[in-house]
Amino acid sequence: MKPARIVITGVGLTAPNGNSLTEFRQNLLHGIAGIERMEIRYMGTQLAGVCHYDPLKYQKKKELRVGTRAGSISIYCAREALADSGVNFETLPKDRVGIYIGCTEHGNVETENEIYNISKFNYDTKFWSHYHNPRTVANNPAGETSLNLGITGPAYTIGAACAAGNMGLIHAAQMLRLGEVDYAICGGISESIHTFGIFAGFKSQNALAQHENPLKASRPFDKARNGIVISEGGCLYTLERLEDAQARGAKIYAEIAGYHVNSDASDYVLPNPTRQAECIRAAIARAGLKPSDIHIVNTHATATPLGDIQECEAIRAVFGEGCPDTYINNTKGYIGHCMGAAGALELAGNLPSFNDLTVHPSINVDDLDPACALPGLVLNQPRTVAKVDTILNNSFGMLGINSALIVKRFTA
Amino acid sequence: MTKDECKQVVLDIIADIAPDEDLSNVKPEVRLRDQLQLDSMDFLDIVMELRKRHSIEVPEADYQHLASLDSCAEYLTPKFIALAAKG
Repeated sequence: MKPARIVITGVGLTAPNGNSLTEFRQNLLHGIAGIERMEIRYMGTQLAGVCHYDPLKYQKKKELRVGTRAGSISIYCAREALADSGVNFETLPKDRVGIYIGCTEHGNVETENEIYNISKFNYDTKFWSHYHNPRTVANNPAGETSLNLGITGPAYTIGAACAAGNMGLIHAAQMLRLGEVDYAICGGISESIHTFGIFAGFKSQNALAQHENPLKASRPFDKARNGIVISEGGCLYTLERLEDAQARGAKIYAEIAGYHVNSDASDYVLPNPTRQAECIRAAIARAGLKPSDIHIVNTHATATPLGDIQECEAIRAVFGEGCPDTYINNTKGYIGHCMGAAGALELAGNLPSFNDLTVHPSINVDDLDPACALPGLVLNQPRTVAKVDTILNNSFGMLGINSALIVKRFTA
Repeated sequence: MTKDECKQVVLDIIADIAPDEDLSNVKPEVRLRDQLQLDSMDFLDIVMELRKRHSIEVPEADYQHLASLDSCAEYLTPKFIALAAKG
């Protein structure tokens, strides 16, 4: 039996440069980045991608006080995606809805906050918050979303470092195909900018971007790139089986065509281009395509000196010179690295290409690194192309987790 | 500290932990849970804030005394006075 066809019917997002798909896309086409200076505990001013959605749109003040930033971002994105999907939420059986949210990490923010809090009380643990455990359990962002929406189906997170955004979508597609749920809210989120640890960690690793102009700091594939800009963000989709989406007359953004997930098993932090290439090839094969059938490749491209080169090596190995209709871009020049949200956001930024046949550019590439000079790169200016029927989204993460997701133009 | 001042201390804490609530007409003799959206975690917040802001300890066996503003005042006012006397 052929597996069920799975389609995307709604998108909700918040990025450092936009709080809806329309706003986000417009800024990607106009080269508008969203990086700013932010005070980080113990570290002073750092560069970060900060989201400016209205948290009170869908939550009460008390929910914000008790919950986490990750929960709030998830709730905002989930509610926006639900509304965008046009589903009648009142009549949707809540026990048949699944929430699958990818995140890079969870709990660091609250743990750091509590340690800071008790430092004001001579480290007396009787001042440690009774909210610490519900705030730091790994399922927190999905759990807060289920509470806010009254969804009683499975709601949990998927920890997959910076591959997590793709993983949320992949896992949801699998659960829909298994018949575990009938409607899925899925993707990835990150609250990472609220923990000093991630900044300090990347700084110790010599992988934290520096630039006098925040908007120029994140520069994947540029020769002068010097590391990651850490960002928060979220992007959740609604996924449904095709027959369910058609039965209710839903608009369809795209169809899940193929995916693959594998592991490097070679290093804690250094990417492995051989395994990345295997991952991409397997996703293309699952989609029943060949590399030349892929029209947009959104690279993971975090702007670390070595990571970008490693990924380009993998892309070159798969696509070579024989793919004249394949265009390549990346998104982190605009929004920094949204960690668990990165893959989901970066896919969303490219989805409108099915309609406008325009590939958004990679920005901040003033001097292209020859090691990143791939055929089909779209740099600094958007490019209108003849055909966009397929998008490949790469997301890779620490400990060597690789994910590649392919969506295709929906045709009945 | 008077009992009315003590009630205001508790109300100030509730204003922070239940920011969506209208506290302009809280009836002192009625259980707080019967007139406000407060759950058991919120009462733990009241206990924590009394500890943090005023160095007042409320043992678990005494949580029942936090039921209403009146019972809070009855229970907490002597503690505030004792604390003030200690200087």
